[in-house]
Amino acid sequence: MTQTFQHWGLSFGAAWGLATIAGILLIALPLMLGVAMIIYADRKIWAAMALRRGPNVVGPFGLLQSFADGLKVFLQETIVPSAANKGLFLIAPIITFTVALMAWAVIPFNSGAILADINVGLLYILAISSLGVYGVVIAGWASNSKYPFFSAMRAAAQMISYEVSIGFILICVVLWAGTFNLNGIVLAQKGHVFGFINGFVANPLLFPLWVMFLISGMAETARAPFDLTEAESELVAGYQTEYSSMAFALYWLGEYANVLLMCALNAVLFWGGYLPPLDIPILYLVPGFVWLLLKILFFFFIFSWVKATVPRYRYDQLMRLGWKVFLPLSLFFVFLISGYLMATGHFA
Amino acid sequence: MSVAHLIKTFTLWEFVKAHWLTLRYFFKPKATINYPFEKNPLSPRFRGEHALRRYANGEERCIACKLCEAVCPAQAITIEAEPREDGSRRTTRYDIDMTKCIFCGFCQEACPVDAIVEGPNFEYATETREELLYDKAKLLANGDKWERALATNLEADAAYR
Repeated sequence: MTQTFQHWGLSFGAAWGLATIAGILLIALPLMLGVAMIIYADRKIWAAMALRRGPNVVGPFGLLQSFADGLKVFLQETIVPSAANKGLFLIAPIITFTVALMAWAVIPFNSGAILADINVGLLYILAISSLGVYGVVIAGWASNSKYPFFSAMRAAAQMISYEVSIGFILICVVLWAGTFNLNGIVLAQKGHVFGFINGFVANPLLFPLWVMFLISGMAETARAPFDLTEAESELVAGYQTEYSSMAFALYWLGEYANVLLMCALNAVLFWGGYLPPLDIPILYLVPGFVWLLLKILFFFFIFSWVKATVPRYRYDQLMRLGWKVFLPLSLFFVFLISGYLMATGHFA
Repeated sequence: MSVAHLIKTFTLWEFVKAHWLTLRYFFKPKATINYPFEKNPLSPRFRGEHALRRYANGEERCIACKLCEAVCPAQAITIEAEPREDGSRRTTRYDIDMTKCIFCGFCQEACPVDAIVEGPNFEYATETREELLYDKAKLLANGDKWERALATNLEADAAYR
């Protein structure tokens, strides 16, 4: 894109700046629209599995429901509790929202269509998703109210626990792909199994890791069944309890942007990202971002499906699963996979 | 831990089964109706919004016996009565506080002339509380509006009274 702008007579610096801003807008705006539609889809899927209809009044099939909700929220008054730490209270949702958008910079949407094609893409994502917990913890602290505080404590412990096992799972992927660059990881999955199946997920050694990654991803984004941070039966609404208006909306959007990011990561790291599922020339006629979108939607369906099926975990069960099941298992797989790769001469 | 249990644990068998179940429910017809456009059938005994009925010649049925006022457990009904010019006993005031009413149906059971009845209408939500303090004119208007449905329901249920 930089070259196009240079053709129009701009200097390299100006062209690069303009291209970056255009790229950010190209990602962020469709993402916000996608988040609105995905909230609608979430409610519809959840409703259908409970034999309900879900939103069906605003717009055709209720498609505009999220926009109506958004408008309602924007028109509300921003209430800052008198006991709250005002500065931190208002900055917390901004952190959550910004961080949720930032991670999208390294997701490859198509070959070449990536905002920041950096070699440490995966490390960047790990770093950014660790930052996400600050929004929640600061919100819980700044609200100066007991339920948000409990929620923040839970969120901190939960996200850290699952990041450990996610780290080890990603190490296995990186070992096999030989790169931290997300585009490189996608390309490494081309014809990965039997020479014509794209995606690490079809590899019997990596399939269990994908399942663990999916489950850890749900814990990482605090989705049901791991939504202990906003367990409404215990904590009112968790760290969002004291929030209203735009601040609440930012949490709302950030949370779903994070869920979408997790779906995208599932697609990119294990299901071949923008590659078609099979390495057959005719499938490449469909543009790459369509494949990626389809995969993201598929994973989002799984996320909603799980939300509609599994009851919320107890806190000790969550910790047990993270530390006593996933951590040893993922360590074992790091050992197994690096051993296998060494034995088969993958690194030679 | 038996081998079967281990296999079940590591294949997440219970989860797979549960998700298969919810997936089947996903494609089932919905249990809820599309409410404002579809409505469930109502029994002739349905106790909804109140109405004061008239005879076919336009004369109001209520004779101000105050049995409904006496029987009302929520004390939602207020009646004042005095003789009309022609000497017949009529109400000058017949108020029902719909915010107090518990829709027990005792008023229509008590009524000797089928004047006060609870009709099939349940969609009378208002934006202010005051609109729910019904007076005689409102109740008579309800009676005129719903007379056909009220008469049909009374007839359908008459054999069981």
